[in-house]
Amino acid sequence: MLTPTYYLVLSALVFSIGAVGVLVRRNPLVMFMCVELMLNAVNLTFIGLAWGLNDIGGQVSVFFVMVVAAAEVVVGLAIVVAIMRRRDGATADDLSVLRG
Amino acid sequence: MILAQAQTIAAPSVDVSILLPMLFMAVGGLLILTMTSIKKDIPAWFITSWAVGSCGGAIISSIVLWNQLGNDGASSTVAGAVGFDGFSVFLTVVIASAVAMASLLAHPYLEREGLEGVELHVLLLLSGTGGIVMAFSNDLIVFFLGLETLSMAVYVLAAMHRRRIQSQEAGMKYFVLGAFSSTFLLYGIALIYGATGSTNLIEIQGFLANNLLVEDGLLLGGIALLIVGLAFKVGAAPFHSWTPDVYDGAPTPVVAYMASGVKAAGFAALLRILSSTFSSVVDDWVPAIEVIAALTLIIGSLSAIVQTNVKRMLAYSSISHAGFIMLGVLAASDRGTSAALFYLFTYAFLVSGTMAALTILGGKGDNDFSFESMQGLGRRKPILAFALMIFLFAQAGIPFTSGFVAKFGVIAAAVDSENYWVAIVAVFAAVVGAFLYLKVLVSMFLQEPQDNARDVEIPGSVGVVLATAVVVTLLFGIFPGLLDGFATDALVELTTGQ
Repeated sequence: MLTPTYYLVLSALVFSIGAVGVLVRRNPLVMFMCVELMLNAVNLTFIGLAWGLNDIGGQVSVFFVMVVAAAEVVVGLAIVVAIMRRRDGATADDLSVLRG
Repeated sequence: MILAQAQTIAAPSVDVSILLPMLFMAVGGLLILTMTSIKKDIPAWFITSWAVGSCGGAIISSIVLWNQLGNDGASSTVAGAVGFDGFSVFLTVVIASAVAMASLLAHPYLEREGLEGVELHVLLLLSGTGGIVMAFSNDLIVFFLGLETLSMAVYVLAAMHRRRIQSQEAGMKYFVLGAFSSTFLLYGIALIYGATGSTNLIEIQGFLANNLLVEDGLLLGGIALLIVGLAFKVGAAPFHSWTPDVYDGAPTPVVAYMASGVKAAGFAALLRILSSTFSSVVDDWVPAIEVIAALTLIIGSLSAIVQTNVKRMLAYSSISHAGFIMLGVLAASDRGTSAALFYLFTYAFLVSGTMAALTILGGKGDNDFSFESMQGLGRRKPILAFALMIFLFAQAGIPFTSGFVAKFGVIAAAVDSENYWVAIVAVFAAVVGAFLYLKVLVSMFLQEPQDNARDVEIPGSVGVVLATAVVVTLLFGIFPGLLDGFATDALVELTTGQ
């Protein structure tokens, strides 16, 4: 018998995979993908909890999160394109002009 | 069949007059964007005046709302998702003023850097809208949407300078770390929803007041993740590492907005959610905020000393200011909230004034922020040096400036709620902070100008910002009662009243 706890554990795992991915990967595109993974883990949490609470509010929240995630990628990719037009590669290690 | 069901959905009642401040900013921004895409040759002065006018509309409607609040009391609208109280109206004035000042600074900046266009003003207005939504939000999801509206515009604003690689690097760093922190915040919201069964602050507060959670793991995890996400947004240690790089790289007018408007919106959320909604579980989160506040104060003031770049130094000083405002949050009392509001109001003006001076001093290319470039400013441009001196005195907390009253207020609130050791750390941080502002003053007044020192001119709109900021800083420094009365009335009231 499935309980909401299974979904919470699964989403916590997916969230952690995403968080570790952002911290260790150096390609901005992969970092965006990891952020998306984290957001979708949160969506799964919302749905699992909404099911457990028998409340529709959590499921509605997921739609808002999906819109935010889509908008965030648009902004992020635009910044990557702006940087790529000025230089050949864009890994996180190349972005090191600002220090101190 | 489906239509019959659809009719049973009850639309929430919407009181448009409460939403007026955010409508002024959002509609103002979208209208000017549409106008410039239809008619290409709209002059820059018109765009700037339009942006400032939109902020003026938001401020005037807030003043009307404030009077209405005095007669009718706090209420909420859109099914309890938007809370209308003194707190939200007060912070709307702060955020709208921050946007207006940043717009005025951007006017000569865009011309000097050859970046003419409407985008920066529009993004500032939309970002300000997000901030106002955060100040009004009575629901965690509405708060999250406001935060994302605010942040996404600021990611682009940071990367706005097309010809300056540091600006794009700043935008990229801010975006990756900002999106990363947003996911933590959202995860926190999801867990709080799981623990309390609602995302509405009124219902959460009611649930916590009436129920004692036996297994409060979900709630504690949710609050912890929420604090991580918000500490990131306001630049509090140990989540501050983006601040110096982003402040250094982003265009100076945008930095003025980030330090004033974005910070005010972030603290709006902290005060509304932690200090008010979670006031019944205060023992669970105050220790965490205590540690964050102390770390922020220490790291902010100590790291600022070793900087050789004035803009980076001010970035660290803004971190230490965040630590001071945290004192108002952890007091978790009415006194703490109004002290934090007083701080946010006065800090918005004095940091915008400081950045106004830096906008001029940075010169073409927005790059020249070394201490050497400020040498002898007192002789080269006495008026500018005098204004900057007042702002630095205020940031250091010298009496007869608003900074002194603000620092005194938050430390007194922390002592009042018996958080003694953090208050002691704050006093030490204030002393260390005073030293680094003096360092700038020494280069300005006691050192000879360099031979190749540039001529600096004060463009009209920057002059307006400088004058306003000087007046506000001195006025509320000498007569703090003028503002204190408003800040004391501006409290969070979570109420379902219509």
